[in-house]
Amino acid sequence: MRFAIPLAIFIGLVILLARGLHLDPRLVPSPLIGKPAPEFSLTKLSDPAASMTKADLAGRPVMLNVWSSWCGACREEHPLLVATARTGEFEIFGLNYKDTREDAKQILARAGNPYKESLFDPEGRLGLDLGVYGVPETFILDGQGVIRFKQVGPITPEVLNGRILPLMRELRGSKT
Amino acid sequence: MIPELGHFALVLAFALAVVQSAVPLVGVARGYGSWMSVAIPAARAQFCCVALAFATLAYCFYVSDFSVAYVAQNSNTQLPTPYRLSAVWGAHEGSLLLWVLILGVWTTAVSFFNKGLPSDITATVIGVMGLVSMAFLLFLLLTSNPFIRLASPPADGADLNPLLQDPGLVVHPPILYTGYVGFSVAFAFAMAALIRGRLTTQWARWVRPWTVMAWTFLTLGIALGSWWAYYELGWGGWWFWDPVENASFMPWLLGTALIHSLAVTEKRGTFKNWTVLLAIGAFALSLLGTFLVRSGVLTSVHAFATDPARGIFVLAILGIAIGGSLSLFAWRGPQALAGAGYGAVSRETFLLANSLLLAVATSTVLLGTLYPLVLDALNLGKISVGPPYFNLMFSIVMAPLVLLLGIGQFSRWKGDTLARIGLELKYALSGCVTLGFVCVAMLKPEGRLAAGTGLAFAFWILASVAAGLWQRIAPHGRGAVRLNLLSPAFLGQCIAHTGFALSIIGIVLTSYETVDLHTRMAPGETKNVGPYAFEFVKLREYKGPNYDATEGTFRITKDGALVAELTPEKRNYTVRAMPMTEAGIAPGLTRDLYISMGEPLGGGAWSVRLHYKAFVRFIWLGALVMALGGIVAIGDRRFRLATRTSDERHTAKA
Amino acid sequence: MRIARLAAALLVLLAAAARAEDTPYTFDDPARQQTYEQLINELRCLVCQNQTLADSHADLAQDLRREVYGMVTAGKSREEVIDYLVKRYGDFVLYRPPMKDTTWLLWAGPVLLLVLAGGAWFAMSRSKQRALASTLTPEEQARLAALTGADEVKRT
Repeated sequence: MRFAIPLAIFIGLVILLARGLHLDPRLVPSPLIGKPAPEFSLTKLSDPAASMTKADLAGRPVMLNVWSSWCGACREEHPLLVATARTGEFEIFGLNYKDTREDAKQILARAGNPYKESLFDPEGRLGLDLGVYGVPETFILDGQGVIRFKQVGPITPEVLNGRILPLMRELRGSKT
Repeated sequence: MIPELGHFALVLAFALAVVQSAVPLVGVARGYGSWMSVAIPAARAQFCCVALAFATLAYCFYVSDFSVAYVAQNSNTQLPTPYRLSAVWGAHEGSLLLWVLILGVWTTAVSFFNKGLPSDITATVIGVMGLVSMAFLLFLLLTSNPFIRLASPPADGADLNPLLQDPGLVVHPPILYTGYVGFSVAFAFAMAALIRGRLTTQWARWVRPWTVMAWTFLTLGIALGSWWAYYELGWGGWWFWDPVENASFMPWLLGTALIHSLAVTEKRGTFKNWTVLLAIGAFALSLLGTFLVRSGVLTSVHAFATDPARGIFVLAILGIAIGGSLSLFAWRGPQALAGAGYGAVSRETFLLANSLLLAVATSTVLLGTLYPLVLDALNLGKISVGPPYFNLMFSIVMAPLVLLLGIGQFSRWKGDTLARIGLELKYALSGCVTLGFVCVAMLKPEGRLAAGTGLAFAFWILASVAAGLWQRIAPHGRGAVRLNLLSPAFLGQCIAHTGFALSIIGIVLTSYETVDLHTRMAPGETKNVGPYAFEFVKLREYKGPNYDATEGTFRITKDGALVAELTPEKRNYTVRAMPMTEAGIAPGLTRDLYISMGEPLGGGAWSVRLHYKAFVRFIWLGALVMALGGIVAIGDRRFRLATRTSDERHTAKA
Repeated sequence: MRIARLAAALLVLLAAAARAEDTPYTFDDPARQQTYEQLINELRCLVCQNQTLADSHADLAQDLRREVYGMVTAGKSREEVIDYLVKRYGDFVLYRPPMKDTTWLLWAGPVLLLVLAGGAWFAMSRSKQRALASTLTPEEQARLAALTGADEVKRT
């Protein structure tokens, strides 16, 4: 019996490694899920004189998409965001992360603007509070301003249809 | 045409590997002598085919044949010629081909140096190695073929990863793989012993030189890797407990345990099953390392571009090879004859404790490496396990090991008493404790207790080595030192232990006294690091063959006298647009001075990292000495004796 | 596919990180300098992922170094800085894993292994001592000799 112990340990190890193949080691889950989004006060991308706070996002579930003009992967998800915004299912807010106003506006003018409004965060202050580490990132906030979901990397149709849309419907349903 | 030739050679090699494993193994099972004798020619032919494939790929790199996808991805017309050769193993496909090639080298070596072996053992060993070759050749052909052609070849290649464009990286992978893959020989011998029921002291004698050889290469490979990381990554670290580093370190630790356990099995016939288990374990960890590096299960600074399909394949190989061998162990292990008995205090018990502690050290590294994966798999969150954990845990496990190492060297086989050993070691022990205290007194207060303890441990090893030499020489009359009393195996042991002590001294002193100044400097400025003044003299820009560089010139003086002039560089490799730092290093036996350029900060100033590292060279010097010990030990006549006697017997019979 | 795309995204990020700044931070107070150095050498960068904040050239690492610098300058303790970062990024940023119910096995593991090895050592030595002490009857000795002898013959 003793002689089978190494085999048993090894089988456990192989099962673990097989499971590990389906996990992404680079993906870091946010500890903020289920917690209220951090408070902030940032200027609008469109208007340096006007600012927005967390209260402006409250009252209904919204998507907060962290993006930047220098981020290549953002361009990849951009058309999907534009299409989603057109359906009017929910409002999308942008968090323009460590960018310049000119560059950001230029991109939106060229590729379309899916955002109801973009927050302008040139130093990445809010990005830091949100635990942003790889742009693009996308957060779903419920009506109470609690973070319910986070996607690191570009949004794909699978993520949108499989995770985000059902969550949004659920959030809207619980509100009414 | 040429790449197709390589592809064809690989297919042929696979077919030959099937022959190399199936025919001799069936022959062994049925007792067909002629089937068994197929092993050697098949193995050599298989190796020739793989070598041809490898040469073909190297040729494609040499002539920059970008119609081959792998060449297009990893080379460039501007790439200097020596790096075109190392680019062959610069990414997954080619490095796997190197893996298979080196496995072929080992198999071929077994086919030549087998004179003392019974033919069934030779056939089984080569057959088992053929199975491994077969699995990896299939892996190459199905998922990682380096000879795939592009329909529309690019005008120029994507260049070799700049991190790999370095002389250290030309030699590091082949040597490391030679070590890694070399444990397959011990593994195959363990399989042969289990299959044929010949787990004997003679068996241990056959395996020892192969194991020591593989271990020697692995020691060199790891040291080279550490040295490369030190000067190439630009942050002055020499070991980071990165998963890929651990992947090479674990087989080394278990291989060390195997060497020590083999010594007991050979001398006294005990611990046979434990030795076999270690042989399987060392190769299992080599395969595990291959899996970790190529599957993307863990992130690492050194990992290859990864692909889950490849991960599944390597995992399947690992599962079948090691699962199969452990099943065999569970089945046949209990049948091994017990060896001779021994007393509670004896060399056997100390060597057993030693190999158990090394196994614990290996398991600790494995635990720390895989624990984040376990939590992730169970959905319990993501954590990181890094140097603070490993450094602490490793010292806890190594301390008793070092203590026992000294005592074990003096104990006698079969039975001994602590009183007698104490008598032998009293000078060594009191000497190194005193030296430890002296060190503590001499060192600056901060961290001196840890440093003093570490040094005392190193002195303990050195003292026990010296006392051991004295013990052998002294009774045979003073004056003429009779070196012939010292067997190469014993000398090798002394040298390897000395190397281990040197590495400990290096590690202890480097962590005790390292100055690491991250600062802003403009040309003309001077900063002090300890007694050294670093003057930033000038900056210049130049164009390399495939990069643009900014080179800083620094003059280092101590008390006004020039110590060194260093020219660290910041390079931008144009094809991949990848920045690289080339550190400027003034090496010395007792200290390294190290400069790496960060980023321009505006106004001509740069961020610069200035390091002072005490005794850092000792770490690699120690590894070199350990490897030297391995080489000396292989030369022992005992290992050749078997060859000669059986030769004589053969001729007598004929 | 998804993973490949994410990897591509991260590569783009790394490329973006190439234009990172790398401002050195120094303190007048050596104690604070030490706290700072210790912190950035034990915190993990999330972009390069296998480097500490001190070693990483990534943009994010620079931001976090600045953040740590700011907090240490403001007199925050080591624990407060760690707490701040863990709240945002999770335990992942700590190269020294925290002691909690999911990690006790990690921390206790090596000690448990040592105990286990000690047990194995004891058990194996005991059985061998018995082997040494036990006296064989002449018949048994003959059988043993025959067995080992046969073994020798088989070997050659």
